[in-house]
Amino acid sequence: MSDVALRVENLSKLYTIGRAHARAAAYDTLRDQIAYRVRSLFSRDRRRSSRTTQFWALDDISFEVKQGEVVGVIGRNGAGKSTLLKILSRITAPTKGRAQIYGRVGSLLEVGTGFHPELTGRENIFLNGAILGMSSAEISRKFDDIVAFSEIEQFVDTPVKRYSSGMYVRLAFAVAAHLEPEVLIVDEVLAVGDTAFQAKCLGKISEVASHGRTVLFVSHNMAAVQHLCNKAIFLEQGKLVFEGETSDVVDRYLHKATRDSHTGHAVDLVSSPARPPAYKQMLTRLELYTDRNVLSTGSVKMGAPLTFQISFRTDRAVPAMDLTLVFNDHLGRCVLELSSLYQHDRPVAQGSGEHTFCCDIPSLTLLPGDYMVSVFLDINGVNVDRVQDVLRFNVLESDYYGGGRLPRHGFFVLKNHWYDEQQQPAHARRPGAHASIRSVGQPASH
Amino acid sequence: MAVQRPAPDATGASSLRTPVISIEPSGRLLSLGIGELWAYRELLYFLAWRDIKIRYKQTAIGAAWAVFQPVLTMVIFTLVFRNIANVSSDGFPYPIFALVALLPWNLFSGALSRSSVSVVAESNLISKVYFPRLIVPLSATLSGLVDFAIALAVLVVLMAWYGVTPNVHLLTLPIFLGLALTTALSVGLWLSAINVRYRDVGYAVPFLIQMWMFASPVAYSANAVSEKWRLLYSLNPLTGVIEGFRWALLGVERPDPRIIVISAVVVTILLVSGIVHFKRMERTFADIV
Repeated sequence: MSDVALRVENLSKLYTIGRAHARAAAYDTLRDQIAYRVRSLFSRDRRRSSRTTQFWALDDISFEVKQGEVVGVIGRNGAGKSTLLKILSRITAPTKGRAQIYGRVGSLLEVGTGFHPELTGRENIFLNGAILGMSSAEISRKFDDIVAFSEIEQFVDTPVKRYSSGMYVRLAFAVAAHLEPEVLIVDEVLAVGDTAFQAKCLGKISEVASHGRTVLFVSHNMAAVQHLCNKAIFLEQGKLVFEGETSDVVDRYLHKATRDSHTGHAVDLVSSPARPPAYKQMLTRLELYTDRNVLSTGSVKMGAPLTFQISFRTDRAVPAMDLTLVFNDHLGRCVLELSSLYQHDRPVAQGSGEHTFCCDIPSLTLLPGDYMVSVFLDINGVNVDRVQDVLRFNVLESDYYGGGRLPRHGFFVLKNHWYDEQQQPAHARRPGAHASIRSVGQPASH
Repeated sequence: MAVQRPAPDATGASSLRTPVISIEPSGRLLSLGIGELWAYRELLYFLAWRDIKIRYKQTAIGAAWAVFQPVLTMVIFTLVFRNIANVSSDGFPYPIFALVALLPWNLFSGALSRSSVSVVAESNLISKVYFPRLIVPLSATLSGLVDFAIALAVLVVLMAWYGVTPNVHLLTLPIFLGLALTTALSVGLWLSAINVRYRDVGYAVPFLIQMWMFASPVAYSANAVSEKWRLLYSLNPLTGVIEGFRWALLGVERPDPRIIVISAVVVTILLVSGIVHFKRMERTFADIV
């Protein structure tokens, strides 16, 4: 029993959402209360329950974390992840059940909690450290490390309100990163800062994990979870639906996300409102497959294969028929155009009637996010039918590069390889090997 | 059940939390958590220090406000109550008579107005980090002590100017100082917890303080209150505090001991009930703040 770091037993949390107007006001005033009481006196409907909604943010959750384990908590928004962390951080009390934590707990629900803009970097380090539970002796001892980690050396005596947002976040994370609890509870703190700093943060968490500390890590970032955690739990609507090895749980989560998605997997284009009025209806159907013969529901894992199947009807035999798919991101930017037009051996629709063209994408390397697909049908290079933004699909995160991190800029990932030109490529590296002409410019074989 | 694992502290730092943390729906009621408060004393210090540090930030004359505020009030009081209303000052120069009362009064009113909104003001901390919540109104109460010390220095100068020397009663001053702070904290505990649910507190407190000042012998002497109302009047703990200050610093007639006792009893009741109410409410702070 002694190697258990965290035990959660039947933990439940009930939230009551107030009446609509109270919710809108965010807080009650006595006047509201009095008005409500008076009104309910004269109203026949005295059932309070009709005016308040109760829901279980957490519903009977039990699990155990052993010492030194790094456990990811995944689930969609509203699944109860934050509530779980808030209870385990003792910010809010559970309604039922209990949890026991063995060891000193440090919880990071955000970075920079309690930072005051008027105080200098130095002062904020001490203040924030004290808020996170460090003693001032401990902070003094780690002060230089914190400043070095945050890369703000020359501004340490400047009020943080003069900092750039990047500097602010770096300093905030630096303090948090030097917390040395036995049980660390982290919530999405990686979603801050620039790419380079995020990498540094993730590295620091890996380091904490590798020092045998127990970590509970909540994130939407599947790549980070896969990279960091050896176990994971999957929450859905306040219930723990699955726990186990990270890869199993992540697969389960992605599968679930795919199945539950409400985006269209097969769209009837015959009377689609997505067709501008001027166009003649020829396109009839669009289907999306993640794998051969498996109809997708609109979510696809990054790097996974994807097939678009487009059906159309012609009244007569047409020699040159081309289909084009245009992908726009959530901001409406065109990120990709795929067309049969560009292919050397274009498919040819024989005769009149219904035809179906398929577009196979062996590995969809768009960055995670929502994308809208538009379909264009051209005859002899003239656009005759189109349906715009007719299908939405979602690219889900996966550990594409195997390093647990994904870029935050750009649109795509591509296979690529990095190495030091002074040294042999990684697979041929020998200790003590000196610069070799052979390695210069030698392309990576992937 | 699990054995309590001793907290091995690799960092050598003092462990702030107990090795086993048990999280349950209802905490032990009436448990003050004094030990935990003590463990978090540095946070209390840092929060009070932060309040003091930022109080006069981006002002032209900075901490000089701590001097000007009581002095200007004293001047206004002298003009209004002495020169116009001709209020009695028990035979002392009115400016000193007023300033001696303004010291504890300003400490009290500042502490009360800060602490009553403190939990809401620190909602960001409360919804993100765990620490004993009592620290929030406590630090808001204590952060007024620096201003008090500055004003006390002004009083010393003024007393020297008027040639008023305190006697051995001066040694009792900390008692009355403690009484003033405890009163502010007790009421602050009540109001800060209520303010989480009902923001009306923020609007009501300025009026409360204004009325409270007129109900306290700040601008006038407690002797001006007729004998038959005395006991009722002394239900206000500030009566005892201010009378005590005048006795300790100026050596006015010794206040009726019954006033001090009544004040102390009232404050004790307020404090205990304030803590119980606060502890009962604090578990829901993060959910409704």
